[in-house]
Amino acid sequence: MKYMLMFFETKADFARRTETFETSPYFGAWMAYSKAMADAGVFKGVGCALKSPETATTVRVKDGQRQVQDGPFADTKEQLGGYVIIETPSLDTALEWAARCPAAAQGAVEVRPVLEGQAN
Amino acid sequence: MDALATVEKVVRDSYGRLVAYLASRTHDVASAEDALSDALHAALVRWPLDGVPHHPEAWLMTTARRKLIDAGRHNDVHTRAGTALQILSETSVAMSETESFPDERLKLLFVCAHPAIDPAVRTPLMLQTVLGLDAVKIASAFLVAPATMAQRLVRAKHKVREAGIPFVVPDPHEWDERVSFVLEALYSAYTTGWDSHNDVDSVHCALTGEAVALARILVQLMPGEPEAHGLLALMLHCEARADARFDGGKFIPLDQQDTGRWSKPLMQEAEASLRLAAAKGRAGRFQLEAAIQSVHASRIAGHAVDWGHVVVLYEHLLQIAPSTGARVSQAVAIAKAGRPDVAVNVLSEIPEQNVRAYQPFWTARAYILKSLGRADEAREALTRAIGLTEDPALREFLAGQIS
Repeated sequence: MKYMLMFFETKADFARRTETFETSPYFGAWMAYSKAMADAGVFKGVGCALKSPETATTVRVKDGQRQVQDGPFADTKEQLGGYVIIETPSLDTALEWAARCPAAAQGAVEVRPVLEGQAN
Repeated sequence: MDALATVEKVVRDSYGRLVAYLASRTHDVASAEDALSDALHAALVRWPLDGVPHHPEAWLMTTARRKLIDAGRHNDVHTRAGTALQILSETSVAMSETESFPDERLKLLFVCAHPAIDPAVRTPLMLQTVLGLDAVKIASAFLVAPATMAQRLVRAKHKVREAGIPFVVPDPHEWDERVSFVLEALYSAYTTGWDSHNDVDSVHCALTGEAVALARILVQLMPGEPEAHGLLALMLHCEARADARFDGGKFIPLDQQDTGRWSKPLMQEAEASLRLAAAKGRAGRFQLEAAIQSVHASRIAGHAVDWGHVVVLYEHLLQIAPSTGARVSQAVAIAKAGRPDVAVNVLSEIPEQNVRAYQPFWTARAYILKSLGRADEAREALTRAIGLTEDPALREFLAGQIS
């Protein structure tokens, strides 16, 4: 089954993205995590990191009018920082991978099954 | 009617095993229940005409399986179901009409208590899928509207299928945690009924009998797990004293209960379970709670309660499963062991917000203060306890304590 892992990170985590890529433990942890998933065969390359939540813009269309709002959809402490789509035999394995994610320690990881059908 | 009686018997004896087997093959509890329900309906129609089959259970299994396969053919949205149905039809070819099928209830119980399932619905899910209880009866015990309970159960089963919760027995590295979820959900089934006044007019019905039945099943399914034996022992000790808790509608506290009204056979069964658990050499929360009940039960042999031992058992329990309830009960035991001065300090160390609306704290405090001769403070605490008491009989008893 395919699952999307959505990584919700704290403000402090997002701030660490300014650190030097080659030496920062923040990036090191993420690289190690991605590699582990790839080596295990669960991650096939679908996923990416997202820029910080203040770069987001939220769009709605109400009564035919486009409403554009500065900022992310939800005003929560932890914000979406990235995602991957993994394929595992069941939810349990997906939950294990979610727990290994660097985001899980300070923030949270949502695990949602992908709706598979004709499109996928 | 022969057919009806047979159907009822098979449902009583085999419902859980039938659902568990079907659900474990399709990874879908809801469709397994629906298929079985259809099969039972078909049995009620056909058996009076054709006669009851030699192997009624196998007949139901085959019929349910056929209905599942047919339902799957019409439903091609879930592509995953294709593989599951393939497994199902392959199994049906391999299995003859007379063969019995494996007992998959342990997997089903782990699914019901899976971490991804809302804790509030784990107990209802177990009761419905393993014991076949209907949502109305479960709702009544949990003081929830039937429609609400039915909706929660539907949502939970939907999650099982859609999120891909596996039908497996957990690996050793997560066994203890996963087992504790199963046991807690099972214990919740028991305690949900425990406080209800044994009032025939009461709409709120207790599920203590059903909880004990499930605990007995669990012990059969995981005989090597000491905590399962511990939970059964705990429940049986409480069941053994059920008749002595009320006398003509009046509440009787544990230390004043007539031991003649305690069930010796149930206590013996409880002790046997506790011995089995102890033999495995792995202490645990439910074994300790059962051991505490066992000390209380020693009154049946004419012994005085060894309160010092109770205090030690609570200390062990607090190490592995700290809780306000256990701390309060320990304080009472310390007072009864002759040290109310220590007991009152144990109580005052508990954070205030944990006990603000926790009735047992205030009854304990009242008792301990009374032992210390602090009558006015004791009366205050007792009044607070009465204000927090839900059960009218208990309220009446406590009111009678104000001297």
